Amino acid sequence: MGYEPQADFGTPPSDAQAQVTLTIDGRAVTVPAGTTVMRAAAECGGSIPKLCATDSLKQFGSCRLCLVEIDGARGTPASCTTPVAEGMVVHTQTPRLQKLRRGVMELYISDHPLDCLTCSDNNDCELQDQAAAVGLRDVRYGYSGDNHLGAMPDISNPYFDFDPSKCIVCSRCVRACDEVQGTLALTIDGRGFGSKVSAGLASDDFLSSECVSCGACVQACPTATLQEKTMKEIGKPERSVVTTCAYCGVGCTFRAEMRGEQLVRMVPWKDGKANRGHSCVKGRFAWGYANHQDRITTPMIRQSIDEPWREVSWDEAIAYAASELRRIKAQHGARALGGITSSRCTNEETFLVQKLIRAGFGANNVDTCARVCHSPTGYGLKTTFGTSAGTQDFDSVMDADVILVIGANPTDAHPVFGSRMKRRLREGAKLIVIDPRRTDLVKSPHIEAQHHLALQPGTNVAVLTAMAHVIVTEGLANEGFIRERCDWDEYQDWAAFVAQARNAPEFLEAVTRVPAAELRAAARLYATGGNGAIYYGLGVTEHSQGSSTVMAIANLAMVTGNIGRRGVGVNPLRGQNNVQGACDMGSFPHELSGYRHISDETTRKLFEADWGVTLDPEPGLRIPNMLDAAVDGSFRAIYIQGEDILQSDPNTHHVAAGLRAMECVIVQDLFLNETANYAHIFLPGSTFLEKNGTFTNAERRIQPVRRVMEPANGYEDWEVTQLLANAMGLDWHYGHASEILEEIARLTPTFTGVNWERLEAEGSLQWPVNAAHPDGSPIMHVDGFVRGKGKFVVTDYVPTDEKTGPRFPLLLTTGRILSQYNVGAQTRRTDNTAWHPEDLLEIHPTDAENRGLRNGDWVKLASRTGETTLRALVTDRVAPGVVYTTFHHPTTQANVVTTDYSDWATNCPEYKVTAVQITPSNGLTGWQEDYEALSRRSRRIADHAEAAE
Amino acid sequence: MSEMSTAERLAYMANQIARNFGTLPDDKAAEETAQHIVDFWDPRMIEGLLNGEMQRLSPVALRAMEIVAAHRSHRAA
Repeated sequence: MGYEPQADFGTPPSDAQAQVTLTIDGRAVTVPAGTTVMRAAAECGGSIPKLCATDSLKQFGSCRLCLVEIDGARGTPASCTTPVAEGMVVHTQTPRLQKLRRGVMELYISDHPLDCLTCSDNNDCELQDQAAAVGLRDVRYGYSGDNHLGAMPDISNPYFDFDPSKCIVCSRCVRACDEVQGTLALTIDGRGFGSKVSAGLASDDFLSSECVSCGACVQACPTATLQEKTMKEIGKPERSVVTTCAYCGVGCTFRAEMRGEQLVRMVPWKDGKANRGHSCVKGRFAWGYANHQDRITTPMIRQSIDEPWREVSWDEAIAYAASELRRIKAQHGARALGGITSSRCTNEETFLVQKLIRAGFGANNVDTCARVCHSPTGYGLKTTFGTSAGTQDFDSVMDADVILVIGANPTDAHPVFGSRMKRRLREGAKLIVIDPRRTDLVKSPHIEAQHHLALQPGTNVAVLTAMAHVIVTEGLANEGFIRERCDWDEYQDWAAFVAQARNAPEFLEAVTRVPAAELRAAARLYATGGNGAIYYGLGVTEHSQGSSTVMAIANLAMVTGNIGRRGVGVNPLRGQNNVQGACDMGSFPHELSGYRHISDETTRKLFEADWGVTLDPEPGLRIPNMLDAAVDGSFRAIYIQGEDILQSDPNTHHVAAGLRAMECVIVQDLFLNETANYAHIFLPGSTFLEKNGTFTNAERRIQPVRRVMEPANGYEDWEVTQLLANAMGLDWHYGHASEILEEIARLTPTFTGVNWERLEAEGSLQWPVNAAHPDGSPIMHVDGFVRGKGKFVVTDYVPTDEKTGPRFPLLLTTGRILSQYNVGAQTRRTDNTAWHPEDLLEIHPTDAENRGLRNGDWVKLASRTGETTLRALVTDRVAPGVVYTTFHHPTTQANVVTTDYSDWATNCPEYKVTAVQITPSNGLTGWQEDYEALSRRSRRIADHAEAAE
Repeated sequence: MSEMSTAERLAYMANQIARNFGTLPDDKAAEETAQHIVDFWDPRMIEGLLNGEMQRLSPVALRAMEIVAAHRSHRAA
C-alpha cells in the first residue's frame, strides 16, 4: 500500500440523529444535523481549502481560506463555522472566492520561507497544498517586509522540533493541547503581527514547559513548524501499517509510517476506537528501544549463572532448553516445571506459553504479571458480576455525570484515556478522587475535583464501606435496580452490615483520616449526581484487601444502579498493553482460557480433546508460591516470556533466592533484564513491530498487531515457543498467528466470533463475541449480570499487618510516571530519560524538615525487608506521614523494601503500604553496589568478555 | 513477613483468608475458606500446611483445613 495521509474532514462529526439535505456545487448531500458545510463537502468527495481547521479540533474560523457562497446568505461565510441547513445551496468555487483565497494565501506566503524543495515537509505540507489549490502564482507584497524568517528553532524536545519561522499561527497546536490533550501548555503570545506560539513563559522551551510531549500539536500542525526529528532525518514515509501500541492498557492504535524497513514515525490512527486519534509520549515517540544497542538478537546459554553467557545458534539453545526441562521433569516430576506468560506479548503468544506449560510440561504452574496488578479485579468482578473485566468502553466516560477515580492516576499511567476523562470533566462532569496523593486530576488547568479523599494508605475498604453506609442509611439506594438485577437477600445482609454504626464515616475517620463530612458529601454526589462511573487502578488492587476493595466498588455500583448502560460502570484501568489478554488466555494456575476453572471437567475435556493430552485437574502455583517452592526444592525450572520478576515483584531478596534455587531458568526477552541475571538460557524476543497477533486492552477490545519489519532475532515470539514445544515432543505446526487465534476461538466461548478476517475488516472487537453478542460487547451486564443476579459481598475492613512504628514511622506507596513505563525496560532505552532519569522519593516538607532533608538530597529508604538509596523530592503532593516513589529504574530497586504481604484472595502484593523510615544518606547502599556488580558480571558475554579483558 | 518460612507463610495465608470471611458465622466462614483453598492452592501447598504449621491456625482456619483434608480424602478414595 502506498503512503496516503489520513483523511481530514476539517471539523468534528456531528452525533445528531436528524438528517439534513443540502446542495453543494450542484450535488445533493445528506448529513447529520449540526455538520458543518466544510465537513459535508469533504464527506461527499469535495474539498474546500482550509488551514486552521482539522477534524480533531473544534472549528476556529481564523484563516478565512474556507469561505463559501450560500444562496440567499450575505457575504462569504466560513464553511468551518457554518452548520448545514435543510435546502441550503452552497457554492465552493466561484471567481469571487478564488480571488479572496488567493489574497489570503498571499499574506501567508509573504511571511514564509520559500525552501520547499529542502523542507522536511515537502510534499506533505498543507500550506503547500493550499497554495496549489487556490492557484497562487505570485505574491504582490514581495518578501522584503518585516517577517519572522529569522526566528530561532526550539530543538529542546528529544522527539520533535518547533521552527517558528514556518509558523502560520493557525493555533491548531494550541487548540490540540487544549481540547485533545487537556494540558494547555501552549498559548499564542502577543497580538497581531507579533503573535507567536509559546510553550509557557518567555523563558520556557518545549522541554522545560508543561508540555507532556504527547505529539498532538505535531499531528495538528499543517506545516513543518512542529515536526518529528525522524521525519527530518529519514524523510517522508512511503507506506503505513496500522498496529497497536505495546505500552499501556489503553491500547492506542497507530499508523506505523515506514520508509523501507525503517520506521519513520508512529502517528495515532484517527479510526482507533480506543484512542480516537490521540497518543502519549510513549506510544508516539518512544519506540527506539527496538534498535537499542542493549538489544540481544542471538540466543545464549550457560550452565551456571556465575559464568559468562555463550552465544549459540537457535538449534543449540532450543535443544539445550528442552533437554534441561525433560531432565528435570524426569527427575522431579511435572510439577517441578512452570512458566510465566507475558502481559506485553500477544494473545496468541500467551496462549501458546500456557499451552506449552499445561500440555508440554504437564502441570498448571503458569502465571502472569496480573498476579502483581489486577488479579484482584479478576477475582472481585467475577465474584460480584460474573466477568473478570471492566464493564464499559472508554467512550462511555463522555456520558458520565460523576466520575469517581480511586487508586488511579490516569494522567500519568493511562494518559490518552486521562485526556478523554479531562475533556468530559471540562464539559461539566463532577469528580471525586480517592488517593493518598494529590494527583494531577485533583487540580490542574480547568479541572478540579469536587472531593479529594486523601485517605491513609491501606484503608480503601474502610472508605468505601463508609460511603456505602451513607448511601444505605440516607435512603439513596436504587431499590428498583437492586430488586430486579441483584440477589435481594444478599443485598439485605450487606445493607444491614454497612448500616452498622462502626461503618459510619465518623467512626472510621480515625482510621481513614478522611473528614467524615467530606466523605458523606462524596457518597451523596456519587449516588445522586446522575450517571456515576468508577475508574480504579493499582491503588485499589495492590493491597492486602485488594479483592475486597474491588468487591466494595462493585457493591457501590450495584446499590446505586450504576451498571449496564453508557456513562456508568466499574472500570479497572488495566496496566499493560495485553494484561487483559493474558488473563483471558488462561495464564492463571487455576483457570483455562475464558476464566473457566481447571477442575471443571467439561472444560478440561474440551481442551484435552483438542490438544490430545490429559491435563492436570489441580490448580498450580502462583508466582510467589513458585518462588517459595523453589527455595523448598520442589520447583526447579521456569520459562519466563517477557516478564522481569526480579525488578517488578516485591521483596527482591526473596525473588532472587527463588530464582537462584532453580536449576533451569529460561528467559525470553528483548534485553538482558534483571531476571536474566539468574538465567541459564536466554532466548531473544521480538518487539511488537516485528510480529502479528492481537492485544486486548482494558476495554476488552481485541485489536490487531501487525508486523511492519522483519524480527531482528529471526522469529516472532510465538515461533520461539513453538520451537521449544516441538523440541519437547509436542507437534505444533502453526504458520501464522491467525491460526492460533482460530484455536483460541474454538476453545473459548467469549471469543467464538473472533477471527483475523473480522479484525481486518472491523478494526477491533470487544469480547464477548459470540452468538449472543455477534458484534461484540462495548457495555456489559446490560440486561442482566453475566452470573445471573449481581452479588453483594460483605467487605469488612481488616487492617493490614504492615504497621508503622517507632523504627518505621512512615508509609511508602508506589506508582508510575508518564514518561517511563513499569520497569522501564523499553522507555529507559529511549530519549524518555530526558524526563525521568531516576526514581525519586516524594516526601512532605514537614517530614523532610524533621529529618534535615532538602530537595535533591540522597536518602536511605528502609523497611523491615530491606533498604535502598535514592534522591528526595520535597513536595506537598503527599500528606505528612506518607512517602511515594516510582519503580522504573533497576538502580533503585524499590522492591528491595516492599514486603511479602499480599491480597488475601489472590496474593497480589501489597506494594502500596510499606512501613519505612527515611534518613539522610551519602550514596548507594552496600546492597545496591553489590547488585550493580552482580548485574555487570551476569551480563558478560563470552568473546565480548574476553575482548574486554 | 519476610522472615517467615514457607510453612509459616502458608499458615499465615490460611488465617488471612479466614479473617476476610470474618463477618460470616464460623461454620460458613470455614466452608468458604476451605473452598477458596481448594480452588486456588496447589496440592503441595495444601499438603505443606496439613503437614506443617497447623498449630498456628485460627479456629476458623483450622476447621477449614479439616474440611479440605476430608475433601481430599474423599477424592483420593
